[in-house]
Amino acid sequence: MRKTCTLIAIALLLAACGHQESATQNQNDVSFESKLEQQLLDAKPGSVIDIPAGHYSLKRGLSLRTNGVTIRGTGMDKTVLSFKGQVVGPEGLLVNADDFTIENLAIEDTMGDALKINQGKNITIHGVRIEWTDGPKTTNGAYGLYPVKTQNVLVEDSVVIGASDAGIYVGQSNNIVVRRNRAEQNVAGVEIENSVNADVYDNTATKNTGGILVFNMPNLSQEGHATRVFHNKVFDNNTGNFARKGAAVASVPAGSGIVVNSNDKVEIFDNDIADNQTASIIISSYFSTNYYNTSGVAADYNPYPKSIYVYGNRITGGGDSPDGLKLKTLKTAVYGLTGKFPDVIWDGYADPKDLVDGLPPSGDRICIQDVNGVLNIDGPHSYKNPSTDTKPYQCTLPKLPPVVLNPEPKV
Amino acid sequence: MQMKMWVRGLLLLALLCLSACHHGMDPVAFHDDGYPPKLSDWHVVEARDGVLQLNEGVVPYELNTPLFTDYAHKLRTIWMPKGVSAKYSPTDTFDFPVGTIISKTFFYPLPKDKPRNATDIARTYDTSRDFAGQGLNLAHVHLIETRLLVRRKDGWVAIPYVWNAEQTDAVLARTGDVQALTLVSDDGKREDFNYVVPDQSQCVSCHAHDWTTRAIQPIGPKARHLNRDYRYADGDENELTHLVREGYLTGAPDPADAPRNANWMDTHASLDARARAYLDINCGHCHNPKGAANTTGLTLDITTLEDRHIGICKPPTAAGQGTGDHLFDIVPGHSDDSIIPYRLSSAVPGTMMPELGRSTVHEEGVALIKAWIASLPGQCVVMH
Repeated sequence: MRKTCTLIAIALLLAACGHQESATQNQNDVSFESKLEQQLLDAKPGSVIDIPAGHYSLKRGLSLRTNGVTIRGTGMDKTVLSFKGQVVGPEGLLVNADDFTIENLAIEDTMGDALKINQGKNITIHGVRIEWTDGPKTTNGAYGLYPVKTQNVLVEDSVVIGASDAGIYVGQSNNIVVRRNRAEQNVAGVEIENSVNADVYDNTATKNTGGILVFNMPNLSQEGHATRVFHNKVFDNNTGNFARKGAAVASVPAGSGIVVNSNDKVEIFDNDIADNQTASIIISSYFSTNYYNTSGVAADYNPYPKSIYVYGNRITGGGDSPDGLKLKTLKTAVYGLTGKFPDVIWDGYADPKDLVDGLPPSGDRICIQDVNGVLNIDGPHSYKNPSTDTKPYQCTLPKLPPVVLNPEPKV
Repeated sequence: MQMKMWVRGLLLLALLCLSACHHGMDPVAFHDDGYPPKLSDWHVVEARDGVLQLNEGVVPYELNTPLFTDYAHKLRTIWMPKGVSAKYSPTDTFDFPVGTIISKTFFYPLPKDKPRNATDIARTYDTSRDFAGQGLNLAHVHLIETRLLVRRKDGWVAIPYVWNAEQTDAVLARTGDVQALTLVSDDGKREDFNYVVPDQSQCVSCHAHDWTTRAIQPIGPKARHLNRDYRYADGDENELTHLVREGYLTGAPDPADAPRNANWMDTHASLDARARAYLDINCGHCHNPKGAANTTGLTLDITTLEDRHIGICKPPTAAGQGTGDHLFDIVPGHSDDSIIPYRLSSAVPGTMMPELGRSTVHEEGVALIKAWIASLPGQCVVMH
């Protein structure tokens, strides 16, 4: 027992050394941690766990399993749960419950994911800051705000900085609103993956490797479709990719604004996109990730992006310094040393089964308007015959209906 | 040598006597509500006269292949009220009646020929010094924690207790504990680590086999894990047969007709059977089609076919830094290029698998999984 105390004391000392102590630093973090764990264990439906202002060092991941609980701080810069020196992980907070609300606090420096909500409905994340305070590093935790297999999810007014995978990642979920958040210095700023009915709007994604991603991965419980990405600010997403190889986002080139990979029915409109050095918008298939292999991917997985509609965005700059030798060489070959990629790049993989006169059926097409050009990089033939012809994208698609959260979150 | 055997024999005999007496223990007390503050409030196992004793009717058991927990040894027991019994299932946890108490005591033998101190414990698989089935001689072991799984009216409840420094009783620790310990090998090698007692809600992480219903279940008491012999106080017997004879289990077939996982250390069993048993108990309670890890598309329970769902050429879904820069969970023939052994070889939260339940690397387990992957045929051909 004495040893345990010594250990805790050392952990606290270490944590204290690595931090600028704020005026509200709570000196008794061990009892704070234990009290918070107890509150999480004792929570009943309807419980509100208020965490006062303070900077608290915790060394063990927290978890919550009770429906209908609210966890509330006094502000994302006032109530700070720091996991620097975490010895038990992997998450900061793991939630497996319905009707969960978390607001007005920060979670910093978790070893693994910061806030994971694994299965549950009616989830509200409001005014939460997730941050890895040493900036982008491969050893940072993977996901910041991470609802997975959830229904009816709102992520708003939050900030995520430094995730080594995705800052805000909503996976295998349905009915999602992600709005007014700031995602900065993550590999992926905002990522919607294998999810159905998502609205991503009024967010700012900057200094990530890729700003906003809409992906479909194989072998999972559901395929995603129907995502609207609109009225976001997506600029300067040029941070070198610091994900571990093998992670899905490791294939994202630095300098990507908005990326659609293998997802269907994606509508991208009314965004301000600027100065993303590979391309403002990338549309690609799972083939381009280099993970598609003959035995490891479900036979019924559809790797082709279908029914993608891009229009009405305000795009400036970008495309001038693409990431990776292959894309650099391609850019120089097509546009010269000082030239730049157009606003949209497509990897050129189309479902060969569906093509009629070289084009997908009208409802499955990639329709692109209001851009300065589209480059089909001819991925299937190793970039041999890239095409700048924009005719294949001159079409329109039916617009997707807005996502309605039901019930509406009570914030 | 002969002398030692003789002494051990005597000791065993002495322990048998002690355990047979249950030395004045009150009957097992089932608490259908709340969290009694001390382990001894249950009278399932108690430290008495230098021995951790099992009360009357408390039946010990082991698993063919157990879960790895930092080289801890485990004394597992089942107790049921009179007149009720569990229903057999060939695949799932037996359907235990209300009133059942399952206990698991985590302990370490003390390092050979070394005086006892507060933190040094032996890194060993050798259970011959334990005499677990008859009780534990407290002169030879260091008790860490006893976890109870209690079957109440509304379902199972997990209640953790941590042993006091005097090793006289264990106290309720709903929020868990962290203890700095040192594993000492027989050759003197030392490894410091933090032994983590999970909090009550982390218990659920492993014990909720179905992440949607979130109902918690014992993991070990399944036919395939219990179908083996155990050295009971009155002789060797198959555990399923013994539970039936005790009146604790109904509907069980002859052990020959029940499923049986391999013992991961049994070199007479096939590499495949040993590896699959290891993955089943260490990973399968989360990595199954309904479990916490069903977000990954990777299922490692015993029934998963050897295809992409067990990881062969499967790209990871949300491994984050756990990929270790590898592209696939299993690359047949190439264990060093595979994610699964990479994550098993790590003790860093966020990288390691399983996520909870260990702070050290199970080197022998990793070696087994590596050997198995090295033996798998085929290759991962990337399509462009």
